Amino acid sequence: MTLVYGLITGIVFGFLLQKGRVLRYDKQLGALRLMDMTIVKFMLSNIIVAMVGIYLLRDLGLVKLSLKATALGPNIIGGLLFGLGWGIVGYCPGTSAGALGEGRLDALWAILGMLGGASLFAHTYPALKETVYTWGNFGKITLPDALGVNHWIVLAVLAALYVLILRFIERKGL
Amino acid sequence: MSGSERPWSPYVAGALSGVLAVASVLVAGKYLGASTTFVRSAGMIENTLSPALVDTAYYLKYNLAVDWQFLFVVGIVIGAFIASRTDGSFRVQMVPDMWTARFGASPLPRALAAFAGGIIGVYGARLAGGCPSGHGLSGLAQMSVSGFVAAACFFIGGIVSARLMYGRATR
Repeated sequence: MTLVYGLITGIVFGFLLQKGRVLRYDKQLGALRLMDMTIVKFMLSNIIVAMVGIYLLRDLGLVKLSLKATALGPNIIGGLLFGLGWGIVGYCPGTSAGALGEGRLDALWAILGMLGGASLFAHTYPALKETVYTWGNFGKITLPDALGVNHWIVLAVLAALYVLILRFIERKGL
Repeated sequence: MSGSERPWSPYVAGALSGVLAVASVLVAGKYLGASTTFVRSAGMIENTLSPALVDTAYYLKYNLAVDWQFLFVVGIVIGAFIASRTDGSFRVQMVPDMWTARFGASPLPRALAAFAGGIIGVYGARLAGGCPSGHGLSGLAQMSVSGFVAAACFFIGGIVSARLMYGRATR
């Protein structure tokens, strides 16, 4: 059943990504060239809604968080590398699949490259594990944990910040 | 863009995808993400070539089989296909418009860049621990410190990279 949920969730997500027009290369590069912030509008809207929903359900004891470890070495170096590649390929892993679905066949080359990147990573992981991964490792922490502040206060401040970013984008006509 | 295209507001589509993300966590216990699927798929391909290839620490962390996220990624292809076919925005294209305007319409340079960028991108995503879905959307929705660090680095790296590719933006 979990597999069926995965397929259904993917279909709905792909549908929404396409309707929001965030899949294509021109939109991804548009954001990175600071010309068209459509993907930022989509992402921040998603985050504001999901943030409230997830923390509400968590406080009701219905869901658990699933945090990725905060390790500054891999998060920063990996994040910057991802960004470097993103600006060249113009798709991220999720949107490459969606772009293929709306007929953008250059996404096939992207997907092949991404499979190669995953393989390369798997085979170089043992060396990274002893080095980069040990730099600045703080474990699985949330911003409210790190600040020692109630999560609803942090959430409200972040939501307000995101709305301000979106208003700024709209004012600039991006 | 043809006049027949009727995109949804990115705010509406984004907010609905936020509802979807919450529903997925509630119903299936799954946070949205995509890049692990590339690890699983690469591992499955290598396993068919030679099982010795996947006898390495990173692949051993994952069950190399079709899972929730694999079908989630397959679903994205199907969902985008359905959405684009219903509003006339489906278009078979080998080279994106913006790329053509800068580098020309030849498919080969675009293919090479997409391939190379894909390698670098997913190598970085796996090192960072996730992609814009896993770290960006799911991480920030949980207010994970790793999500803020990674998402900021995704955009910083991406802006620098786009600048190197296209030079200063002219609107």
